[in-house]
Amino acid sequence: MLIKLETKSLREAYGQCLVELGKRNKNVVVLEADLGKSTRTVLFKEAFPDRFFEMGIAEQNMASTAAGFALAGKIPFYNSFAVFASGRAFDQIRNSICIPKLKVRICGSSCGLSDFGDGKTHQSVEDMAVLRAIPNMTVLSPADAVETVMMMEAMLDVEGPVYIRINRNDLPIVTPENEPYRIGKIWELRKGKDIAVFATGYMVKKALEAAEELSHEGIEVRVLNVSTIKPLDTKAVISHAKGVKGIVTVEEHSIIGGLGSAIAEALRKEAHPPIEFIGIQDKFGTSAKAYEELLEAYGLTSKAIASTVRSLLGR
Amino acid sequence: MESVKVLELKKVALKLRSNVLEMVGVGKAGHLGGSSSLAEITAVLYFHKMRLNPKNPLDPVRDRFLLSKGHAVLIQYAALVELGYFPREELKKVKTLEGLLQGHPDMKTPGIEAVTGSLGQGLSIANGMALALRLEKSPARVYVIMGDGELSEGQLWEAAMAAANFKVDNLVGIVDYNKIQATGPIKEVFDTGDIPAKWKAFGWHVIEIDGHDIPQIASALDQAENVKGRPTVIIAHTVKGKGFSFAENSAAYHNAALTEELYKQAQEELQAQMAKLEREGK
Repeated sequence: MLIKLETKSLREAYGQCLVELGKRNKNVVVLEADLGKSTRTVLFKEAFPDRFFEMGIAEQNMASTAAGFALAGKIPFYNSFAVFASGRAFDQIRNSICIPKLKVRICGSSCGLSDFGDGKTHQSVEDMAVLRAIPNMTVLSPADAVETVMMMEAMLDVEGPVYIRINRNDLPIVTPENEPYRIGKIWELRKGKDIAVFATGYMVKKALEAAEELSHEGIEVRVLNVSTIKPLDTKAVISHAKGVKGIVTVEEHSIIGGLGSAIAEALRKEAHPPIEFIGIQDKFGTSAKAYEELLEAYGLTSKAIASTVRSLLGR
Repeated sequence: MESVKVLELKKVALKLRSNVLEMVGVGKAGHLGGSSSLAEITAVLYFHKMRLNPKNPLDPVRDRFLLSKGHAVLIQYAALVELGYFPREELKKVKTLEGLLQGHPDMKTPGIEAVTGSLGQGLSIANGMALALRLEKSPARVYVIMGDGELSEGQLWEAAMAAANFKVDNLVGIVDYNKIQATGPIKEVFDTGDIPAKWKAFGWHVIEIDGHDIPQIASALDQAENVKGRPTVIIAHTVKGKGFSFAENSAAYHNAALTEELYKQAQEELQAQMAKLEREGK
């Protein structure tokens, strides 16, 4: 592991990894848009003040400036909330960064509904869809702090741009710490022959909970953590789709253009069982007083996954 | 600057216009107006001021030339081909599937430093390069050319603030102030107001020059090198379509096709200007 992990916070793990990468590689630079306390880039700022650039609340400029750093040989990480890091700077990501396939790392923090209190303007329900559509882009969505650390270590060597979406809240650990990791890996976290559930981010934990519940009813659910949304390991998806009676995708993101779409695209030329998408149903987010309460309001729960599995099996 | 050198650079500028004309050709659309307004500035930068290594286009200590107004890339191709960055045959194949030269700056072309053309992004990219070069204590400098119409892009002003904030002084901004944007005069289409005053207010050192006057361009670039602790912008008053009588001060040739007749006229006008320079040299 890149760092000794003592937190369940993905963003804390992210910030600590940035510092470690900064120690290992002097070309790592960090750009921030006045959200460093939230994204945890403050840790890098303390460790390497000369390589930390506070760009102010100006995400478009930040994205293209990161491109300039990369063109001069640096490995820039630029940071903001996921909704701004992706959407506010879409054209800059596309033209300044992705066309020349630059080694820029984009951190979309407080992704999905995880910034529960701030509401729809600050919650990102379409970041994976828009960034996945851009050629040359890699899109990562870690399930927990352990996987975040694994991704940060692997990310340094990826040629071309990488987007990583980071949840704001402490999340239970689902990733086996001692297994090898590579970008693109689909983790089979639970074996099962009846239904394959492809999940990403925090929804992997929800899928594991649903699988446990269903096991008491004699239903065997295979749970797959798809944390690299792009490039998707199409072969693994096809192989996991074989022999099951149904497929469910689960994501804290719009059902348009995210994980569900990517899985359906991967299976389009294969005979496959029915697919159900669990995600945000073409809606914006909203404010709530707690994260779990908000997830429940949007049907992103283990109960919802379990009932979808049952209905696919005709129960 | 010695008069021999001035004359030489004037000839280079004409040669660049002639290369641009060759690429625009007959019956194909091409950005003649905004490319020819930059001929003298490009000539001074590429053939006098910049530290270059055409044999190694990625030499780390090279100076960088970025066209934030990427649609004027024909003038950059015109210079790069003269310096041997790519073969002359490419000029004929510009903007074709067979060719190397894209319609806007693309990094497949040796000598092109960034992808620009979606307007407003070049100064930000230049800032990132300048800050990275400063971290490396590199002597390399970054030159970024913006259009005056382009100044309505908000991102440029984000970048202008950032450059002042970080006291970037290894970067020079140049505004090609030809006063005409794609669809008409700036004053009529979208008035960007007092441009020098805006840059001053954003914390930049401002130099105003005649952008077709070779000694003024060279001296402004020298002056910029001695300004420390803040960025410098050169507001270059230019004429859109300069050198082609039918295109001067006109929006019609921002991106237009030439007829056979106009193409011939343009060639003759350039030849006459070159003959005049030859006479001056004697």
